Amino acid sequence: MSALWGLLRKETRHILRDRRTLTVLLLLPVLQVVIFGYAIRTDVKDVRLAVVDPSPDLATLRLRGRLTGAHVFRVVAVLPDAAGLERLFQTGAAQAALVFAPGFADDLGRGLPARLLVVTDATEPNTGVTIQSHVLSVVQQFEREGPGRPGGVRIVPEARLRFNPTAESKNLFVPGLMAFVLTIISCLMTAITLTREKETGTMEALLVSPLRPWHIIVGKVAPYLVVGFASVVGVIVEARLIFDVPLRGSVTLLFAEGTLFILVSLALGVLISARTSSQRVAMTAALLGTMLPTMILSGFIFPVESMPRVLQYISNVVPAKWFVAIARGIMLKGVGLEYLWTETLILVGMAVVLLGAAARSFHERLE
Amino acid sequence: MRRILFLARAEVLHIVRDRTTLAQVLVVPIVQLLVLVNAATFVIRDTPTYVVDQDRTSASRGLINRLAASGHFRILERSASLSKANDALLEGAATLVVTIPRDFESSLARTGRAPVQLVVNAEKGSAAGIVLSYAGQILDRYSGELGRELRPSMLTVGYGTGDPSPWRGHPRIETRTRGWYNASLDYRHYMVPGILVALVTLIGTLLSAQNIAREKELGTLEQLNVTPLTRGQFIAAKLLPLWVLGLFDLGLGLLAGKLVFDVPTRGSLLLLFVAAAIYLLVALAIGLLISTGVDTQQQAMFVTFFVLNVYLLLSGLFTPIDSMSPWMQMVSQLNPVRHFVTISRAILIKGAGLDEVAPPLLVLCGFAVVTLTLAVQRYRKRTA
Repeated sequence: MSALWGLLRKETRHILRDRRTLTVLLLLPVLQVVIFGYAIRTDVKDVRLAVVDPSPDLATLRLRGRLTGAHVFRVVAVLPDAAGLERLFQTGAAQAALVFAPGFADDLGRGLPARLLVVTDATEPNTGVTIQSHVLSVVQQFEREGPGRPGGVRIVPEARLRFNPTAESKNLFVPGLMAFVLTIISCLMTAITLTREKETGTMEALLVSPLRPWHIIVGKVAPYLVVGFASVVGVIVEARLIFDVPLRGSVTLLFAEGTLFILVSLALGVLISARTSSQRVAMTAALLGTMLPTMILSGFIFPVESMPRVLQYISNVVPAKWFVAIARGIMLKGVGLEYLWTETLILVGMAVVLLGAAARSFHERLE
Repeated sequence: MRRILFLARAEVLHIVRDRTTLAQVLVVPIVQLLVLVNAATFVIRDTPTYVVDQDRTSASRGLINRLAASGHFRILERSASLSKANDALLEGAATLVVTIPRDFESSLARTGRAPVQLVVNAEKGSAAGIVLSYAGQILDRYSGELGRELRPSMLTVGYGTGDPSPWRGHPRIETRTRGWYNASLDYRHYMVPGILVALVTLIGTLLSAQNIAREKELGTLEQLNVTPLTRGQFIAAKLLPLWVLGLFDLGLGLLAGKLVFDVPTRGSLLLLFVAAAIYLLVALAIGLLISTGVDTQQQAMFVTFFVLNVYLLLSGLFTPIDSMSPWMQMVSQLNPVRHFVTISRAILIKGAGLDEVAPPLLVLCGFAVVTLTLAVQRYRKRTA
């Protein structure tokens, strides 16, 4: 046991001495919370609108006023014809344009159909669609309130956003960020620290020492676990303090599931280190094999349902996908194990298989 | 000049001989492009939808058919049970629950209005708003259709109150919509130009940071330092091959994007490559700056990873700059990646010319001068 203690002390010193790596490990999660909270958003607001109004009149002015009155739009240019419009869109000065047909107000006054063209910059399709539906709803409202009695039929949608009523992305990223931080620390760092011993040849020395194999693993891994848990707690506290992110379910369950996820990531890290011989290869493998999938295929940033079928199937073997689903369930929906048992069982299965494989690969090396 | 070329040749040989580096340069970018462009998408289609139809009339069925036919929604199940719908929402099986109340059709016929409840699982954030606006547009269009269909019946049955022709004299606005630059709303066309920037950045920064850190770790940097090479010559020789490689990768990625995803290339490719050449100087210089501050390859990779992570997330590559909070938008001005993403999208998707991309291009030139000067100054031929 004192041997294990010695190894733990050695590893802790290694971590504390490499200031740059430690700084990155501690600073990255903190900065990411700020970035995700303030920058990774998709809400559409303050839209730059260009107006092409060949024959300004009370009616066109009123419609324009209605648009700017909604506080979603800001008129950046009023043009007499559509000639300069393209340039405004190309430089990004305008995101949407309202093009009135000549004689718009006259037609409207005579009860003829008045023609209006709504142009949106659909380079980013979702923003394009959102802006377009904002403009259309204002125009329809305007039309309905016009003189003459409203006719026709209207289906009134009553929308409700469940689990995240303000649809704020800040509530969504924390579970993903936890998975991300835990993957960096438990998988990437484990793989690197084990391969480093291999590369420098000190692994042999460790193996002939009285340390048992599991001592080596525990001694190597435990200090990083402490760093990992500290980071995760930091992320949750910071997210709650700055962004008031909800934590509706049981904290104990969240930590239990977190430990399960850590076990899976650790086993992956040990496996990677067993298959590689240099730190560079181990790092590349860990980055490509675990970090990127955690970022991209876990549903952390991009919804998995929107991906092509093949990627959806692949995403099923990414442990982070299941952990993100669990953590969101606990934090946002406040549900317990009764709704999350499928995901939990999958993680348990992954943990058993990977830990078994990791233990075997480590034994093989001994012989 | 001959010295630079010699050292540059040595660098090229290093890259070509090392299988890992070669894979990093040739295979990884293409794989990344193919996977990322498919995965990094906020496109909304096949939203799993649970329909609670308490009305069971032709009007309610029509509405469900319109939703299903739009391609944005996939109807999981329809029943009259609210609690089953709630379960589907909690389990995560359904993202949208559409509830059509009991007197939907009769209320439409009688008063011309009827509510429909849309409950979205907003757990997935941005998607929720888009799902709602698609659903809203479908409801609006269906209202229009129903209006034409129900109006005669309204008149003959006598639901109209007095005025025999409620439509005459009512001003109508005929609205047409155009989504410029991406009429098919193909997310991949938006992502490819951005991912290309990410590729060029990764190659440039990572390789240059790693390269010099490796020489440091192996001790061969000392040997180079005692040669008569000047700092400037040394850096030029180190960066030249990587610079060419970066441009080569851009071409490769562009070709793959064209062949696989048929992305538009509306503007001048020459202009894009000129901008990339300037931008690569910035990316390489940042890598060089990182390598002067670290001792080992591991640290170099770690710090690069950290810096790029922040840069890419703040570049407007994945989420629009316009949606960021105002102070974040200011901060992102300091991010060279942001400017090149803007240029790349403007040229490829919008067909912008030199005039339109001049401001961000000038900013990039400024960045290139500053970062290169800093990198050359920070790099010392020290002995310690």
